[in-house]
Amino acid sequence: MVLNPAHASRREALGLAAIAGLAAILAPRMSFATEKMVTDEIKKLYGDKTFESGKIKLDVPEIAENGLVVPVNVEVESPMTEADHVKSVHVFAEGNPLPGVVSYKFTPACGKASASTRMRLAETQNIVCIAEMSNGKLHMAKANVKVTIGGCGG
Amino acid sequence: MATKPTPRVRVPAQAKPGELIEIKTLISHEMESGQRKDAAGKTVPRKIINKFIAAFNGKIVFEAEWNPAISANPYQSFFYKASETGEFTFTWKDDDGSDYVATNKLTVA
Repeated sequence: MVLNPAHASRREALGLAAIAGLAAILAPRMSFATEKMVTDEIKKLYGDKTFESGKIKLDVPEIAENGLVVPVNVEVESPMTEADHVKSVHVFAEGNPLPGVVSYKFTPACGKASASTRMRLAETQNIVCIAEMSNGKLHMAKANVKVTIGGCGG
Repeated sequence: MATKPTPRVRVPAQAKPGELIEIKTLISHEMESGQRKDAAGKTVPRKIINKFIAAFNGKIVFEAEWNPAISANPYQSFFYKASETGEFTFTWKDDDGSDYVATNKLTVA
């Protein structure tokens, strides 16, 4: 499946709208402003290029009790050779005051494109992860995290 | 918090050639996001570590750019494929311009 926010099919668009509507009911404080900021940020990096799904394993908890410390592990399938490796990985949060979380730069010396860190999440939201391969291919993955206690001084 | 950030790194001391090792790092830092307000209602200025760089024998192997969304006392782990004996240099770059550095030796046999 090819994921492109700009050219999503009608069915995909409807599906996304349904999910968004459901999320709005579940989390009334969900800010859609930063969702656009994430899209803009991705546009800034990669323009209108299309994203493929798969390859990325975005590991985040389904429910985070404490939004101040949410573990996030990203693993991208790749042989990590000079000719074929993962160049960079970006992680964005759709419901935080600022869209960016972390950007990684991998080299073939890593042997495995996998990294873990811990992030702050203000509220229940989607985490978006983008991986750029050495051959220019782009992959995208999304995951939802339910946050019980927000991590922004709340 | 006025204490100087202390990095803690876990790297295996030895590895076989071609072995995949996991490197785990932690540094004490409050990672002030620039979003919080103090008791007087004034915004607390941002002060975070914005970059983490791992180099082996002077060559950069892994980099992470951190945003204010990274938790206090940031943790970072990644992998490295051991090939030769040498030394890791880990650098954390603070918003205020300071660098925090840690080094670790790795013996490959």
